[in-house]
Amino acid sequence: MKIHTHQGKWLTLIISIFVLILCMVGSVLLGYTDTSIQTAIQAFSHPTGVFDQLVVTEVRLPRALIGVAIGGALAVAGALMQALTRNPMASPDFIGVNAGASFFIVAGMMLFSVTSLEAFLWIGLVGSAVTSLAVYLLGSMGRGGLSPLKITLAGAATAMLFASMTQGLLVLDESALDQVMFWLAGSIEGRKLELLQLIVPYLTIGFLIALFLGKSINVLQMGEDVATGLGQKTWLVKLLGLVSIVLLAGSAVSVAGPISFIGVMVPHIVKGLVGNDYRWVVPFSITIGGIVLVLADIAARFVMMPEEVPVGVMTALIGIPFFLAVARRGVGKA
Amino acid sequence: MIALETSQLKLAYGERVIIDGLDVEIPKGKITVLIGCNGCGKSTLLRSMARLLKPKTGTILLEGQMISKMSTKEIAKQLAILPQGPVAPEGLTVLQLVKQGRFPYQSMLRQWSTEDEELVNKALEATGLDELRDQDVDSLSGGQRQRAWIAMTLAQNPDILLLDEPTTYLDLTHQVDILDLLFTLNRQENRTILMVLHDLNLACRYADHLIAVKSGEIYAQGSPEDIMKPSLVQDVFQMDCEIISDPIFGTPLLIPHGKGRNIVRKEG
Repeated sequence: MKIHTHQGKWLTLIISIFVLILCMVGSVLLGYTDTSIQTAIQAFSHPTGVFDQLVVTEVRLPRALIGVAIGGALAVAGALMQALTRNPMASPDFIGVNAGASFFIVAGMMLFSVTSLEAFLWIGLVGSAVTSLAVYLLGSMGRGGLSPLKITLAGAATAMLFASMTQGLLVLDESALDQVMFWLAGSIEGRKLELLQLIVPYLTIGFLIALFLGKSINVLQMGEDVATGLGQKTWLVKLLGLVSIVLLAGSAVSVAGPISFIGVMVPHIVKGLVGNDYRWVVPFSITIGGIVLVLADIAARFVMMPEEVPVGVMTALIGIPFFLAVARRGVGKA
Repeated sequence: MIALETSQLKLAYGERVIIDGLDVEIPKGKITVLIGCNGCGKSTLLRSMARLLKPKTGTILLEGQMISKMSTKEIAKQLAILPQGPVAPEGLTVLQLVKQGRFPYQSMLRQWSTEDEELVNKALEATGLDELRDQDVDSLSGGQRQRAWIAMTLAQNPDILLLDEPTTYLDLTHQVDILDLLFTLNRQENRTILMVLHDLNLACRYADHLIAVKSGEIYAQGSPEDIMKPSLVQDVFQMDCEIISDPIFGTPLLIPHGKGRNIVRKEG
């Protein structure tokens, strides 16, 4: 199943882009209100403002685009995190970025009555930056500096701290629970296109850094000592990687809430496809991450029709068996 | 001629000082082996000379230049380090691993060149891995894997090669095989080699210059024939031994006393 040749990888990348576009078309057409292709095309060519067209332009299209952006961002953040921590189970949820951003947003909602999604974005970005920095500093303390084990422990501890503080806030004020719950489960429904526009600059910078780092990450993956011996400024690679993770995961969580498992699952699918070369892992994570999230979001509309399930629940449903399979394989190998 | 030189070197992990005020010279074009018991500071010293560990105070000179003033890429072009027990990422092929050795020569502007290609091929040939180039590093035997890592450092084309226990976890055949390879690189390509070895007999056989380290200080240094005496082994390793001449090369050969067969079977 693994693709070895250069041409094969390019071809597969192009195919994955086509599949991604197909998924987006599916996301625009499918749902509680059945939309025909004609309606969808007319919504753009001859907009009249009727309900069926508005569903397409105001609801479905933003949702599809946001799904692609968030899916790609979470997958790339996960792939970077797995390389930087040398831990195949690492993902943004796992080093506390999601939990930290969630806490900041919930705190903002409940203590300062912040309700606009725009405000969530800023709070979420600050939250994920603060959390990453805390984890990074905690992980760098003591002998030997930053190590995968220490950053893993620091991340797990920080994630638990923030998660329990979020729980604590919710216990204090149960009336706010309803308001927060849907966001906390992770969803890309009901987000306006303007919100995506707000995060596009951050996502673009995050993606560009990740693409640019591909080769350096290949070197760093051989271990800190080997990379230093080869003349790499490892602190710079790690710092840039962290900036990219904060931008990508921070924007994603602010817009969609903590959507789990995309960050850990997609990089594994990608590595199964193209191997460990990060010059390929990053671009494939963008496309496959988009595909998986958009598909999960389509599925989320149908499992409990006419009610919708938050997409975060869907990704967990798909993700947990996958996670177990990876864990088992890892154990079998050791 | 001096390849590497430290002066008043102080090394510590956090508050724990390992080496304090050490002066040592590593001769150019020779094989130097660091020996000493576990935790004596020999690996720490090697790591600092490869700029993997920053000294608290003191200086390290690489061919007369202070390494703290050199860019890390410049150092990588002159000096390669093979750390202890390196682990290749899953699915990396031998060729991909060896190619990474060209990293210090690449930049945004300068991509893969024919010179890079040649040096990678040369490194694969020198280590006898030409036929295995497309195999996963994971799938190789311990000895082949270590060869692959040495090939990566060779692709760096360094004058000086530092290795931290390159024969650990290998069976005797492959230990000799790796050391023969390093000896060839020294004698035929004139590369300076500095390594940590645990097997004293092999150290005596392959080293031009031995440095015995005890509690962060140099206990003795010189050719194996000159310094390898029962008194040194007693002081540095706390071990009683006889030393005879290696019947093949005439280098010192240690025979530990221990208790061995003097231990009698318990009756009943």
